[in-house]
Amino acid sequence: MRPALLFPLLGLTVALLFAGSLLTGPAAIGLGDSLAALFRGEGEAVVLVMREIRLPRALLGLMVGAALGASGAAMQGLLRNPLAEPGLIGTSAAAALGAVIALQTGLAAAFPPALPLLALAGAVVSVLAILGLAGPRGGSLTLILAGIAISALAAAFTALVLSLSPNPFAASEIVFWMMGSLADRSMLHVWIALPAMLAGALLLAGTGRGLDALTLGEDAAATLGLPVARLRLAVVLGVAALVGAATAVAGAVGFVGLVVPHLLRRAVGARPARLVPAAALGGAAVVLAADIAVRLIAPDRDLKLGVLTALVGAPFFLHLILKSRGERP
Amino acid sequence: MTLLALDRLSVTRAGRPVLEGATLTIGAGEVVGLIGPNGAGKTTLLRAALGLIPAKGHASLAALPPARRARAAAFLPQQRDIAWPMPVAAVVALGRVAHAGSAGPADRAAVERALAAMGLADLAARPATELSGGEQARVLIARVLAQEAPLILADEPVAGLDPAQQIATMQVFAAHAAAGGAVLASLHDLGLAARHCTRLVMMQAGRIVADGPPAAVLTGAHLARVFGIRAQLSEGPDGPLFQTLGLL
Amino acid sequence: MVRAGILALLIGTAGFLLWQGPAAPDGVPAALPAERAETPPVPARVVSMNLCTDQLALLLAAPGQLVSVSHLAADPRASALAGAAAALPANRGLAEQIFLMRPDLVLAGSFSNPATVDLLRRLGVRVESFAPETGMEDIRAAIARMGALLGRQAEAAAMLARFDADLARLAAGAPARRPRAALYDANGWTSGDASLAGQILRLAGFDNVAEAAGLHRGGTLPLERLVMADPDLVVSAARRPAASRAEEVLDHPALAALAPGRHVTTGADWVCGTPFVLRAAADLAARRPALGLGG
Repeated sequence: MRPALLFPLLGLTVALLFAGSLLTGPAAIGLGDSLAALFRGEGEAVVLVMREIRLPRALLGLMVGAALGASGAAMQGLLRNPLAEPGLIGTSAAAALGAVIALQTGLAAAFPPALPLLALAGAVVSVLAILGLAGPRGGSLTLILAGIAISALAAAFTALVLSLSPNPFAASEIVFWMMGSLADRSMLHVWIALPAMLAGALLLAGTGRGLDALTLGEDAAATLGLPVARLRLAVVLGVAALVGAATAVAGAVGFVGLVVPHLLRRAVGARPARLVPAAALGGAAVVLAADIAVRLIAPDRDLKLGVLTALVGAPFFLHLILKSRGERP
Repeated sequence: MTLLALDRLSVTRAGRPVLEGATLTIGAGEVVGLIGPNGAGKTTLLRAALGLIPAKGHASLAALPPARRARAAAFLPQQRDIAWPMPVAAVVALGRVAHAGSAGPADRAAVERALAAMGLADLAARPATELSGGEQARVLIARVLAQEAPLILADEPVAGLDPAQQIATMQVFAAHAAAGGAVLASLHDLGLAARHCTRLVMMQAGRIVADGPPAAVLTGAHLARVFGIRAQLSEGPDGPLFQTLGLL
Repeated sequence: MVRAGILALLIGTAGFLLWQGPAAPDGVPAALPAERAETPPVPARVVSMNLCTDQLALLLAAPGQLVSVSHLAADPRASALAGAAAALPANRGLAEQIFLMRPDLVLAGSFSNPATVDLLRRLGVRVESFAPETGMEDIRAAIARMGALLGRQAEAAAMLARFDADLARLAAGAPARRPRAALYDANGWTSGDASLAGQILRLAGFDNVAEAAGLHRGGTLPLERLVMADPDLVVSAARRPAASRAEEVLDHPALAALAPGRHVTTGADWVCGTPFVLRAAADLAARRPALGLGG
């Protein structure tokens, strides 16, 4: 498919799913009433539902999906490995740990930006650890092994912090941080995530040419005049900001950054510079669709978003492992 | 015109010298073959000359800011890396990243020329990762040509190519030199080096041990000392002939 | 907490005086000889390992009879008798710890760790288990049973008499037009009439929106359905210390906008089936006029 066609198509899909997300929910509200409430503020309770419950949920679906899709594409471009994914290499788990620490120490209550900032810090540490462990070339095996180790460590610390919390509900929330959910999020969460996500998007926006050139390896990219060290830093910080903000408000939603770039790679001619924005749109579509699905499948329960993305994503992961085993003996 | 000047360039790795006091000047019109046994320091010399690894001494390219260096010299790494299934034309077009804008008519023309030079015009739309190893090597050489830098540094550019493609590649390098550029390529095929290079630089254990026209470098004494082989260099009807005879 | 402590002291003192005095001052017969023959001797060392049995036992036991209560009993957020409980050694519901207290009766909840209960029974300890009370009749039965188990039938009878009088007073004060309230807690959990909190709400003169949503026993009520139900009052448990995502829904702007200023929190009186539930209902009923929800 020509990129000229791809981007409008993805944009349209996202717009439709966004509208679908706004119209999906346990409260039975007619289409006309929903729109009247959303745009004109008619009907007291319906306005609350539309503007305070469904709108932030749809916005967060869009933002979290775009952040995860773009992060996956950027990490894969940097490590030149299609298995690099924020969830698989431990970035999401480490961001969740940062968020949990911010919440449980009371830091987030005293200073709300501490929530995304600590999540971001966790993500930075994990990405640097991955770069250190797997090396800039990022061989599949070391990448996945390092990712497992970092994920396990971060998850263990998250469980530890939550188990030691004096709050009786905290311990049962390990599932949320590992699986992610958008249930009952509010505009507050949108405002918490937005600045960090914008910063991350800006950082990634400048990396397209460099990621393209990295296709040929670090030496070739450097001799094409690209500041490779600065490029790496921009990707690390950009991904950390996006994943950190997304995880801080929605928990760790896995596999979006793996599946979406994989599906769209051919359509953009495999160029990372085009794949990053395409994967942002694709990720938004996937998370919005998954979030609609969890509300349709189990309207009264908080079915975790990550359950659905993992059900779709894990077989993909296996497929990619088999494929990469064939290519890289 | 001097395109590369190295002055007593030295590199140590883990306390061990891997390049010692390399001094070398390359001018326009030269095709320089960098020869030497495995581990002699050929790759290290190329990378240090470009400033990709820290080195003592002076290298004219390493002293340039990255963007200007990219317009002064193009580098073909030994590792044939194409990470993504990009179309051949897009891979070759990456050479234009070195130039501001990089998507104008001049860039498209440069990509066309490079594809044609390496006989890749028919493969332009194919995903590069689906090509054979030899074809991928040519795609990467075409990328280097598309960069249109006066100096080309190539690390084993003909490894894995069939004889016809090896000769074609050396002829492309010769044409590049004839047009006012220069090439410094590490080579293992001494016959190819003898026939197609205007000059050879022989390395052993991190040092340049000989530098001059092929006939002056590929002497029996040098070959015996550096490679441990017996060989014969003779003048044939259409250029020098190099024949290895055996181990010492 | 101070109030609960004073109350516990008063009750304890009253119990002590009653214990010193004649067995049945108001004519309620003491345990019949026939019953006495069937029931085991009055236990001298009682350990309670459940928050709710802790409180009933604290209300009814003779001084010195109750040797330990669960560690939760001293938490003023969960226990209406935190002050009195703090004076006793706490246990964490582990068999080894409880066994070493040499109890002749262990009081457990039906949701206490079954492994612990089984182990204590295998070690020859008598364990009596109480199911959670979900209505006033359950509470009356639990008071009577606890009185019998502790050999404090007279105290239990007096408590029941007061309980019935308080209950009648609450029923008489119910408003003609009942405002609608929602019990809304962490994770969007709501309780219907078939729950202790639902009964308290009803006694305080409110109708429960969970009933209209078909959640008689309770269940998850999505926030948007709560908003659409538009209750007059939202009743939530007081926030626990430290953060939890489960409780974040209670801070949701939609909830704040739903019934501005009409969001009240419950306390320890709401947790267990003890006479304190009537105090909880009376407290909530007393707030109706201030909330503009009828007298």
